[in-house]
Amino acid sequence: MAEVMIKLDNVCKFFGEKQVLRGANLSVEKGETFLLIGRSGAGKTVLLKNIIGLLRPDSGSIFIDNVDITKLSNKELEKVRYQFGLVFQSSALFDFLTIEENVGFFFYQHTNLKKSEIRKKVKETLALVGLEGIEDHYPYELSGGMKKRVAIARAVIYNPKIIIYDEPTTGIDPIAVDKVVSLIEDLHKRLAITSLVVTHDLEVGMKISERIAFLLGGKIIFQGKKDDLKNINDPRIMQFLHGSSAGPIKEMEV
Amino acid sequence: MLKKLQILLQYLGSISFFIGDIFWWMFTKKRDFRAVKREIILIGINSLPLVSLISFFVGIIIAFQTAYQLKQFSSEIYIASLVALSLVRELGPVLGSLIVAARSGAAITAGIGSMKISEQVDALEAFAVNPVDYLVVPKFIALLIAMPVLIIYADCLGIFGGYLVGNSKFGIPFHFYFKLTFDALKMRDILSGMIKSVCFGSIIAFVSSYEGFKPFSSTDVSESVTHSVVRSFIFIIICDCILTALFYFMF
Repeated sequence: MAEVMIKLDNVCKFFGEKQVLRGANLSVEKGETFLLIGRSGAGKTVLLKNIIGLLRPDSGSIFIDNVDITKLSNKELEKVRYQFGLVFQSSALFDFLTIEENVGFFFYQHTNLKKSEIRKKVKETLALVGLEGIEDHYPYELSGGMKKRVAIARAVIYNPKIIIYDEPTTGIDPIAVDKVVSLIEDLHKRLAITSLVVTHDLEVGMKISERIAFLLGGKIIFQGKKDDLKNINDPRIMQFLHGSSAGPIKEMEV
Repeated sequence: MLKKLQILLQYLGSISFFIGDIFWWMFTKKRDFRAVKREIILIGINSLPLVSLISFFVGIIIAFQTAYQLKQFSSEIYIASLVALSLVRELGPVLGSLIVAARSGAAITAGIGSMKISEQVDALEAFAVNPVDYLVVPKFIALLIAMPVLIIYADCLGIFGGYLVGNSKFGIPFHFYFKLTFDALKMRDILSGMIKSVCFGSIIAFVSSYEGFKPFSSTDVSESVTHSVVRSFIFIIICDCILTALFYFMF
Protein backbone atom coordinates (compact mmCIF):
# COMPACT_ATOMS: atom_id res chain seq x y z
CA MET A 1 0.00 0.00 0.00
CA ALA A 2 1.17 3.48 -0.85
CA GLU A 3 2.27 5.90 1.83
CA VAL A 4 -0.46 8.07 3.32
CA MET A 5 0.10 11.83 3.00
CA ILE A 6 -3.05 13.27 4.53
CA LYS A 7 -5.15 11.38 7.03
CA LEU A 8 -8.23 12.68 8.82
CA ASP A 9 -9.51 10.77 11.78
CA ASN A 10 -13.00 11.53 13.05
CA VAL A 11 -12.70 15.30 12.60
CA CYS A 12 -15.48 17.47 14.06
CA LYS A 13 -15.81 21.21 13.79
CA PHE A 14 -18.40 23.53 15.27
CA PHE A 15 -19.16 27.16 14.47
CA GLY A 16 -21.06 28.28 17.52
CA GLU A 17 -24.07 25.96 17.71
CA LYS A 18 -23.73 24.76 14.16
CA GLN A 19 -21.77 21.57 13.54
CA VAL A 20 -20.13 21.69 10.13
CA LEU A 21 -17.95 18.58 10.26
CA ARG A 22 -19.39 15.49 11.96
CA GLY A 23 -16.57 13.00 12.20
CA ALA A 24 -14.95 13.16 8.79
CA ASN A 25 -12.49 10.40 7.87
CA LEU A 26 -10.25 10.67 4.85
CA SER A 27 -6.91 9.41 3.63
CA VAL A 28 -4.96 10.71 0.68
CA GLU A 29 -1.98 8.76 -0.60
CA LYS A 30 1.36 10.20 -1.57
CA GLY A 31 1.59 11.33 -5.17
CA GLU A 32 -2.03 10.83 -6.15
CA THR A 33 -4.63 13.31 -7.32
CA PHE A 34 -7.52 13.06 -4.94
CA LEU A 35 -10.94 14.56 -5.52
CA LEU A 36 -13.22 15.78 -2.76
CA ILE A 37 -16.75 16.48 -3.93
CA GLY A 38 -19.82 17.70 -2.16
CA ARG A 39 -22.55 20.27 -2.46
CA SER A 40 -21.89 23.98 -2.07
CA GLY A 41 -21.83 24.63 1.65
CA ALA A 42 -21.20 21.01 2.58
CA GLY A 43 -18.13 22.05 4.55
CA LYS A 44 -15.52 21.36 1.89
CA THR A 45 -13.68 24.62 2.44
CA VAL A 46 -13.88 24.16 6.20
CA LEU A 47 -12.35 20.71 5.79
CA LEU A 48 -9.53 22.19 3.72
CA LYS A 49 -8.86 24.90 6.26
CA ASN A 50 -8.61 22.23 8.93
CA ILE A 51 -6.13 20.28 6.83
CA ILE A 52 -3.79 23.23 6.38
CA GLY A 53 -4.24 24.30 9.98
CA LEU A 54 -6.05 27.59 9.37
CA LEU A 55 -8.81 26.19 11.57
CA ARG A 56 -8.37 23.73 14.38
CA PRO A 57 -10.85 20.87 14.70
CA ASP A 58 -12.87 20.62 17.91
CA SER A 59 -12.17 16.89 18.06
CA GLY A 60 -10.38 14.26 16.00
CA SER A 61 -6.88 14.24 14.57
CA ILE A 62 -5.30 15.22 11.28
CA PHE A 63 -2.04 13.60 10.15
CA ILE A 64 0.09 15.33 7.53
CA ASP A 65 3.00 13.14 6.49
CA ASN A 66 2.50 11.15 9.73
CA VAL A 67 2.55 14.22 12.01
CA ASP A 68 -0.57 14.99 14.00
CA ILE A 69 -1.00 18.69 13.33
CA THR A 70 -3.79 19.13 15.86
CA LYS A 71 -1.20 18.69 18.63
CA LEU A 72 1.25 21.25 17.28
CA SER A 73 1.76 24.78 18.59
CA ASN A 74 1.04 27.71 16.30
CA LYS A 75 4.74 28.12 15.67
CA GLU A 76 5.20 24.51 14.57
CA LEU A 77 2.03 24.69 12.54
CA GLU A 78 3.55 27.50 10.51
CA LYS A 79 6.36 25.17 9.46
CA VAL A 80 3.79 22.56 8.41
CA ARG A 81 2.21 25.14 6.12
CA TYR A 82 5.42 25.32 4.11
CA GLN A 83 4.48 21.87 2.82
CA PHE A 84 1.24 23.11 1.31
CA GLY A 85 0.52 25.08 -1.82
CA LEU A 86 -2.96 26.46 -1.85
CA VAL A 87 -5.02 27.66 -4.80
CA PHE A 88 -8.01 29.56 -3.50
CA GLN A 89 -11.51 29.57 -4.91
CA SER A 90 -11.32 33.27 -5.73
CA SER A 91 -7.59 33.04 -6.61
CA ALA A 92 -6.98 35.45 -3.68
CA LEU A 93 -4.07 37.23 -5.33
CA PHE A 94 -2.93 40.24 -3.32
CA ASP A 95 -4.38 43.24 -5.13
CA PHE A 96 -1.74 45.69 -3.96
CA LEU A 97 1.21 43.63 -5.16
CA THR A 98 2.42 43.03 -8.70
CA ILE A 99 2.24 39.57 -10.26
CA GLU A 100 5.94 39.10 -9.56
CA GLU A 101 5.54 40.00 -5.89
CA ASN A 102 2.48 37.77 -5.70
CA VAL A 103 4.13 34.72 -7.20
CA GLY A 104 7.36 35.31 -5.30
CA PHE A 105 5.49 36.14 -2.09
CA PHE A 106 6.74 33.08 -0.23
CA PHE A 107 10.38 33.88 -1.04
CA TYR A 108 10.00 37.57 -0.20
CA GLN A 109 8.55 36.66 3.20
CA HIS A 110 10.54 33.67 4.29
CA THR A 111 13.92 33.81 2.57
CA ASN A 112 16.73 36.30 2.05
CA LEU A 113 17.05 35.63 -1.66
CA LYS A 114 18.01 38.57 -3.83
CA LYS A 115 15.32 40.29 -5.85
CA SER A 116 16.93 39.24 -9.12
CA GLU A 117 16.99 35.59 -8.05
CA ILE A 118 13.34 35.69 -7.05
CA ARG A 119 12.46 37.32 -10.32
CA LYS A 120 14.19 34.54 -12.20
CA LYS A 121 12.28 31.88 -10.27
CA VAL A 122 9.02 33.75 -10.83
CA LYS A 123 9.69 33.88 -14.57
CA GLU A 124 10.35 30.14 -14.67
CA THR A 125 7.23 29.29 -12.70
CA LEU A 126 5.04 31.58 -14.77
CA ALA A 127 6.38 29.87 -17.88
CA LEU A 128 5.41 26.55 -16.29
CA VAL A 129 1.78 27.69 -16.14
CA GLY A 130 1.98 29.15 -19.64
CA LEU A 131 2.20 32.84 -18.85
CA GLU A 132 4.92 35.31 -19.68
CA GLY A 133 5.59 39.02 -19.74
CA ILE A 134 3.06 39.86 -17.02
CA GLU A 135 5.45 40.12 -14.04
CA ASP A 136 4.92 43.85 -13.57
CA HIS A 137 1.17 43.89 -14.06
CA TYR A 138 -1.32 44.01 -11.21
CA PRO A 139 -3.92 41.28 -10.62
CA TYR A 140 -6.86 43.49 -11.65
CA GLU A 141 -5.39 43.74 -15.13
CA LEU A 142 -5.75 39.99 -15.70
CA SER A 143 -8.71 37.82 -16.70
CA GLY A 144 -10.19 35.28 -14.28
CA GLY A 145 -8.49 32.36 -16.02
CA MET A 146 -5.11 34.06 -15.97
CA LYS A 147 -5.50 34.94 -12.29
CA LYS A 148 -6.20 31.27 -11.60
CA ARG A 149 -2.99 30.28 -13.35
CA VAL A 150 -1.02 32.94 -11.48
CA ALA A 151 -2.52 31.57 -8.25
CA ILE A 152 -1.35 28.08 -9.25
CA ALA A 153 2.13 29.45 -9.99
CA ARG A 154 2.18 31.14 -6.58
CA ALA A 155 1.27 27.84 -4.93
CA VAL A 156 3.85 25.63 -6.66
CA ILE A 157 6.85 27.98 -6.75
CA TYR A 158 8.36 26.79 -3.46
CA ASN A 159 7.96 23.08 -4.26
CA PRO A 160 5.36 22.11 -1.67
CA LYS A 161 4.67 18.45 -0.97
CA ILE A 162 0.93 18.85 -1.30
CA ILE A 163 -1.02 21.17 -3.51
CA ILE A 164 -4.64 21.93 -2.74
CA TYR A 165 -7.06 23.33 -5.29
CA ASP A 166 -10.23 24.85 -3.86
CA GLU A 167 -12.79 24.98 -6.67
CA PRO A 168 -10.16 25.52 -9.37
CA THR A 169 -12.69 25.94 -12.17
CA THR A 170 -15.43 28.00 -10.55
CA GLY A 171 -16.15 31.33 -12.18
CA ILE A 172 -14.06 31.03 -15.32
CA ASP A 173 -15.14 30.35 -18.91
CA PRO A 174 -15.11 26.83 -20.47
CA ILE A 175 -11.96 27.41 -22.50
CA ALA A 176 -10.11 28.69 -19.44
CA VAL A 177 -11.48 25.70 -17.49
CA ASP A 178 -9.96 23.35 -20.04
CA LYS A 179 -6.62 25.14 -19.77
CA VAL A 180 -6.62 25.01 -15.98
CA VAL A 181 -7.56 21.33 -16.03
CA SER A 182 -4.78 20.38 -18.41
CA LEU A 183 -2.43 22.52 -16.36
CA ILE A 184 -3.31 20.63 -13.19
CA GLU A 185 -2.76 17.31 -14.97
CA ASP A 186 0.47 18.53 -16.47
CA LEU A 187 1.84 19.84 -13.18
CA HIS A 188 0.92 16.62 -11.46
CA LYS A 189 2.91 14.63 -14.01
CA ARG A 190 5.90 16.95 -13.97
CA LEU A 191 6.22 17.70 -10.27
CA ALA A 192 4.83 14.40 -8.94
CA ILE A 193 3.24 16.01 -5.90
CA THR A 194 0.14 15.02 -4.00
CA SER A 195 -2.86 17.00 -5.18
CA LEU A 196 -6.15 17.46 -3.42
CA VAL A 197 -8.88 18.93 -5.59
CA VAL A 198 -12.06 20.20 -4.04
CA THR A 199 -14.91 20.94 -6.40
CA HIS A 200 -18.57 20.44 -7.14
CA ASP A 201 -17.82 20.31 -10.85
CA LEU A 202 -18.02 16.55 -11.38
CA GLU A 203 -16.92 16.48 -14.98
CA VAL A 204 -13.68 18.30 -14.23
CA GLY A 205 -13.10 16.32 -11.07
CA MET A 206 -13.52 12.95 -12.76
CA LYS A 207 -11.12 13.94 -15.48
CA ILE A 208 -8.17 14.77 -13.28
CA SER A 209 -8.45 12.54 -10.25
CA GLU A 210 -7.70 8.91 -9.45
CA ARG A 211 -9.59 8.56 -6.20
CA ILE A 212 -12.69 10.30 -4.92
CA ALA A 213 -14.35 11.14 -1.63
CA PHE A 214 -17.89 12.40 -1.29
CA LEU A 215 -18.70 14.83 1.53
CA LEU A 216 -22.29 15.12 2.72
CA GLY A 217 -23.62 16.56 5.95
CA GLY A 218 -20.12 16.94 7.38
CA LYS A 219 -19.25 13.26 6.85
CA ILE A 220 -17.41 11.40 4.14
CA ILE A 221 -20.10 9.04 2.82
CA PHE A 222 -17.99 7.49 0.09
CA GLN A 223 -14.29 7.08 -0.50
CA GLY A 224 -12.68 5.01 -3.21
CA LYS A 225 -11.50 4.62 -6.79
CA LYS A 226 -13.16 6.52 -9.58
CA ASP A 227 -14.45 3.29 -11.15
CA ASP A 228 -16.04 2.14 -7.90
CA LEU A 229 -18.38 5.08 -8.10
CA LYS A 230 -20.09 3.53 -11.15
CA ASN A 231 -21.13 0.42 -9.25
CA ILE A 232 -22.35 2.23 -6.19
CA ASN A 233 -26.05 2.33 -5.39
CA ASP A 234 -26.21 4.86 -2.58
CA PRO A 235 -29.21 6.96 -3.70
CA ARG A 236 -27.61 10.15 -2.37
CA ILE A 237 -24.52 9.74 -4.52
CA MET A 238 -26.62 8.68 -7.51
CA GLN A 239 -28.63 11.85 -7.14
CA PHE A 240 -25.50 13.99 -7.08
CA LEU A 241 -23.97 12.18 -10.05
CA HIS A 242 -27.10 12.65 -12.12
CA GLY A 243 -27.50 16.21 -10.96
CA SER A 244 -31.19 15.83 -10.17
CA SER A 245 -33.16 17.80 -7.63
CA ALA A 246 -35.47 14.84 -6.89
CA GLY A 247 -34.04 12.32 -4.46
CA PRO A 248 -33.05 11.80 -0.86
CA ILE A 249 -30.97 15.02 -0.65
CA LYS A 250 -33.30 17.96 -0.12
CA GLU A 251 -32.70 21.45 -1.46
CA MET A 252 -31.91 22.92 1.93
CA GLU A 253 -29.81 20.01 3.10
CA VAL A 254 -26.09 20.20 2.60
CA MET B 1 -28.99 47.11 29.85
CA LEU B 2 -27.04 44.25 31.37
CA LYS B 3 -26.83 42.67 27.93
CA LYS B 4 -25.41 45.87 26.44
CA LEU B 5 -22.80 46.05 29.18
CA GLN B 6 -21.87 42.45 28.45
CA ILE B 7 -21.43 43.24 24.75
CA LEU B 8 -19.27 46.24 25.60
CA LEU B 9 -17.07 44.20 27.92
CA GLN B 10 -16.76 41.45 25.34
CA TYR B 11 -15.72 44.01 22.75
CA LEU B 12 -13.12 45.54 25.04
CA GLY B 13 -11.86 42.08 25.93
CA SER B 14 -11.36 40.90 22.39
CA ILE B 15 -9.84 44.18 21.25
CA SER B 16 -7.33 43.93 24.12
CA PHE B 17 -6.22 40.53 22.88
CA PHE B 18 -5.90 42.02 19.44
CA ILE B 19 -3.76 44.87 20.77
CA GLY B 20 -1.63 42.34 22.63
CA ASP B 21 -1.12 40.52 19.32
CA ILE B 22 -0.05 43.74 17.62
CA PHE B 23 2.59 44.47 20.25
CA TRP B 24 3.80 40.89 20.26
CA TRP B 25 4.38 40.89 16.51
CA MET B 26 5.79 44.39 16.60
CA PHE B 27 8.71 43.36 18.78
CA THR B 28 9.27 39.78 17.68
CA LYS B 29 9.86 40.15 13.97
CA LYS B 30 12.25 41.96 11.72
CA ARG B 31 10.39 44.62 9.83
CA ASP B 32 10.48 45.76 6.25
CA PHE B 33 10.46 49.52 6.47
CA ARG B 34 9.27 49.96 2.91
CA ALA B 35 5.85 48.78 4.03
CA VAL B 36 5.88 51.30 6.88
CA LYS B 37 6.93 54.04 4.47
CA ARG B 38 4.06 53.20 2.14
CA GLU B 39 1.61 53.41 5.03
CA ILE B 40 3.06 56.73 6.22
CA ILE B 41 2.44 58.14 2.76
CA LEU B 42 -1.10 56.76 2.63
CA ILE B 43 -2.08 57.69 6.17
CA GLY B 44 -0.03 60.79 6.92
CA ILE B 45 1.04 62.63 3.81
CA ASN B 46 -2.22 62.10 1.94
CA SER B 47 -4.11 63.54 4.90
CA LEU B 48 -2.13 66.80 4.78
CA PRO B 49 -4.46 68.83 2.51
CA LEU B 50 -7.60 68.04 4.51
CA VAL B 51 -5.89 68.56 7.87
CA SER B 52 -4.40 71.86 6.64
CA LEU B 53 -7.71 73.15 5.40
CA ILE B 54 -9.59 72.34 8.58
CA SER B 55 -6.97 73.47 11.11
CA PHE B 56 -6.40 76.74 9.24
CA PHE B 57 -10.09 77.59 9.44
CA VAL B 58 -10.35 76.40 13.01
CA GLY B 59 -7.50 78.82 13.89
CA ILE B 60 -9.47 81.69 12.35
CA ILE B 61 -12.66 80.64 14.12
CA ILE B 62 -11.05 80.42 17.56
CA ALA B 63 -9.40 83.80 17.02
CA PHE B 64 -12.75 85.43 16.33
CA GLN B 65 -14.49 83.62 19.17
CA THR B 66 -11.90 84.58 21.75
CA ALA B 67 -11.73 88.15 20.41
CA TYR B 68 -15.49 88.40 20.89
CA GLN B 69 -15.12 87.56 24.58
CA LEU B 70 -11.92 89.53 25.14
CA LYS B 71 -13.50 92.64 23.67
CA GLN B 72 -15.38 93.09 26.96
CA PHE B 73 -12.05 93.63 28.72
CA SER B 74 -10.50 95.38 25.70
CA SER B 75 -7.67 92.88 25.87
CA GLU B 76 -7.81 91.44 22.33
CA ILE B 77 -4.05 91.15 22.48
CA TYR B 78 -4.48 87.83 24.32
CA ILE B 79 -5.96 86.08 21.31
CA ALA B 80 -2.44 85.03 20.33
CA SER B 81 -1.86 83.02 23.49
CA LEU B 82 -5.42 81.68 23.66
CA VAL B 83 -5.38 80.46 20.07
CA ALA B 84 -2.00 78.83 20.59
CA LEU B 85 -2.94 77.11 23.84
CA SER B 86 -6.32 75.81 22.78
CA LEU B 87 -4.92 74.52 19.50
CA VAL B 88 -1.79 72.88 20.82
CA ARG B 89 -3.29 71.38 23.95
CA GLU B 90 -6.70 70.39 22.68
CA LEU B 91 -8.14 71.17 19.30
CA GLY B 92 -5.16 70.28 17.16
CA PRO B 93 -4.84 66.69 18.40
CA VAL B 94 -8.57 66.07 18.65
CA LEU B 95 -9.65 67.52 15.32
CA GLY B 96 -6.60 66.10 13.57
CA SER B 97 -7.25 62.59 14.83
CA LEU B 98 -10.96 62.78 14.07
CA ILE B 99 -10.04 63.67 10.50
CA VAL B 100 -7.50 60.85 10.28
CA ALA B 101 -10.01 58.41 11.83
CA ALA B 102 -12.66 59.35 9.28
CA ARG B 103 -10.27 59.37 6.38
CA SER B 104 -7.50 56.82 6.95
CA GLY B 105 -9.24 54.74 9.61
CA ALA B 106 -12.14 54.11 7.25
CA ALA B 107 -9.68 53.27 4.48
CA ILE B 108 -7.82 50.79 6.71
CA THR B 109 -11.04 49.02 7.68
CA ALA B 110 -12.33 48.88 4.12
CA GLY B 111 -8.96 47.68 2.84
CA ILE B 112 -8.53 44.85 5.34
CA GLY B 113 -12.25 44.02 5.11
CA SER B 114 -12.20 43.55 1.37
CA MET B 115 -9.05 41.44 1.68
CA LYS B 116 -10.81 39.31 4.24
CA ILE B 117 -13.89 38.64 2.09
CA SER B 118 -11.81 37.89 -1.01
CA GLU B 119 -9.82 35.23 0.92
CA GLN B 120 -6.62 37.25 0.76
CA VAL B 121 -6.30 37.19 4.55
CA ASP B 122 -6.61 33.39 4.44
CA ALA B 123 -4.04 33.34 1.67
CA LEU B 124 -1.61 35.22 3.90
CA GLU B 125 -2.04 32.61 6.61
CA ALA B 126 -1.69 29.82 4.09
CA PHE B 127 1.71 31.27 3.18
CA ALA B 128 2.63 31.21 6.88
CA VAL B 129 2.42 35.00 7.15
CA ASN B 130 0.49 36.39 10.09
CA PRO B 131 -2.12 38.92 8.92
CA VAL B 132 -1.72 41.05 12.05
CA ASP B 133 2.02 41.16 11.51
CA TYR B 134 1.83 41.82 7.79
CA LEU B 135 -1.17 44.15 7.57
CA VAL B 136 -1.67 45.82 10.94
CA VAL B 137 1.75 46.42 12.48
CA PRO B 138 3.07 48.61 9.61
CA LYS B 139 -0.11 50.71 9.84
CA PHE B 140 0.26 51.02 13.60
CA ILE B 141 3.91 52.13 13.35
CA ALA B 142 3.00 54.53 10.53
CA LEU B 143 0.28 56.11 12.66
CA LEU B 144 2.62 56.40 15.65
CA ILE B 145 5.09 58.31 13.49
CA ALA B 146 2.70 60.27 11.30
CA MET B 147 0.22 61.51 13.91
CA PRO B 148 2.51 63.75 16.02
CA VAL B 149 4.06 65.24 12.88
CA LEU B 150 0.66 65.84 11.35
CA ILE B 151 -0.61 67.45 14.55
CA ILE B 152 2.37 69.81 14.90
CA TYR B 153 1.79 70.83 11.32
CA ALA B 154 -1.91 71.36 11.99
CA ASP B 155 -1.10 73.45 15.08
CA CYS B 156 1.20 75.70 13.04
CA LEU B 157 -1.42 76.28 10.38
CA GLY B 158 -4.08 77.02 12.99
CA ILE B 159 -1.79 79.54 14.68
CA PHE B 160 -1.18 81.12 11.31
CA GLY B 161 -4.95 81.37 10.81
CA GLY B 162 -5.20 83.10 14.19
CA TYR B 163 -2.43 85.49 13.18
CA LEU B 164 -4.36 86.51 10.05
CA VAL B 165 -7.28 87.55 12.23
CA GLY B 166 -5.06 89.27 14.82
CA ASN B 167 -3.20 91.15 12.14
CA SER B 168 -6.03 92.22 9.87
CA LYS B 169 -8.66 92.96 12.52
CA PHE B 170 -6.58 94.15 15.45
CA GLY B 171 -3.38 95.23 13.75
CA ILE B 172 -1.04 93.04 15.79
CA PRO B 173 2.29 92.92 13.93
CA PHE B 174 3.85 89.60 12.88
CA HIS B 175 6.80 89.44 15.28
CA PHE B 176 4.70 90.59 18.22
CA TYR B 177 1.97 88.03 17.55
CA PHE B 178 4.50 85.21 17.47
CA LYS B 179 6.36 86.48 20.49
CA LEU B 180 3.06 86.34 22.41
CA THR B 181 2.39 82.86 21.04
CA PHE B 182 5.73 81.41 22.07
CA ASP B 183 5.63 83.13 25.46
CA ALA B 184 2.35 81.42 26.19
CA LEU B 185 3.40 77.97 24.98
CA LYS B 186 5.37 75.95 27.50
CA MET B 187 7.09 72.67 26.80
CA ARG B 188 4.42 70.85 28.82
CA ASP B 189 1.68 72.16 26.48
CA ILE B 190 3.43 70.84 23.43
CA LEU B 191 4.22 67.58 25.20
CA SER B 192 0.62 67.01 26.26
CA GLY B 193 -0.53 67.63 22.69
CA MET B 194 2.02 65.11 21.43
CA ILE B 195 1.05 62.47 23.98
CA LYS B 196 -2.56 62.92 22.96
CA SER B 197 -1.80 62.57 19.28
CA VAL B 198 0.16 59.35 19.85
CA CYS B 199 -2.69 57.91 21.95
CA PHE B 200 -5.33 58.87 19.42
CA GLY B 201 -3.23 57.51 16.57
CA SER B 202 -3.00 54.17 18.38
CA ILE B 203 -6.75 54.13 18.97
CA ILE B 204 -7.32 54.65 15.24
CA ALA B 205 -4.91 51.83 14.38
CA PHE B 206 -6.43 49.40 16.89
CA VAL B 207 -10.09 50.07 16.20
CA SER B 208 -9.93 50.37 12.43
CA SER B 209 -7.88 47.24 11.89
CA TYR B 210 -9.83 45.25 14.45
CA GLU B 211 -13.05 46.11 12.62
CA GLY B 212 -11.38 45.25 9.34
CA PHE B 213 -11.02 41.59 10.29
CA LYS B 214 -14.69 41.20 11.13
CA PRO B 215 -16.64 41.16 7.85
CA PHE B 216 -17.76 37.96 6.15
CA SER B 217 -19.57 39.54 3.20
CA SER B 218 -19.54 42.81 1.28
CA THR B 219 -22.48 44.17 3.27
CA ASP B 220 -20.49 43.50 6.42
CA VAL B 221 -17.67 45.65 5.05
CA SER B 222 -19.82 48.77 4.90
CA GLU B 223 -21.09 48.05 8.39
CA SER B 224 -17.55 47.55 9.65
CA VAL B 225 -16.41 50.85 8.16
CA THR B 226 -19.26 52.65 9.92
CA HIS B 227 -18.40 50.92 13.19
CA SER B 228 -14.74 51.71 12.72
CA VAL B 229 -15.31 55.47 12.35
CA VAL B 230 -17.99 55.75 15.02
CA ARG B 231 -16.07 53.69 17.59
CA SER B 232 -12.81 55.51 16.88
CA PHE B 233 -14.62 58.82 17.50
CA ILE B 234 -16.08 57.57 20.76
CA PHE B 235 -12.81 56.17 22.05
CA ILE B 236 -10.87 59.27 21.00
CA ILE B 237 -13.26 61.59 22.83
CA ILE B 238 -13.28 59.43 25.98
CA CYS B 239 -9.50 59.14 25.92
CA ASP B 240 -9.22 62.90 25.39
CA CYS B 241 -11.42 63.58 28.39
CA ILE B 242 -9.30 61.32 30.61
CA LEU B 243 -5.99 62.71 29.34
CA THR B 244 -7.10 66.33 29.65
CA ALA B 245 -8.11 65.78 33.25
CA LEU B 246 -4.86 63.95 33.93
CA PHE B 247 -2.69 66.69 32.41
CA TYR B 248 -4.63 69.34 34.32
CA PHE B 249 -3.65 67.73 37.60
CA MET B 250 -0.18 66.66 36.51
CA PHE B 251 1.14 69.88 34.96
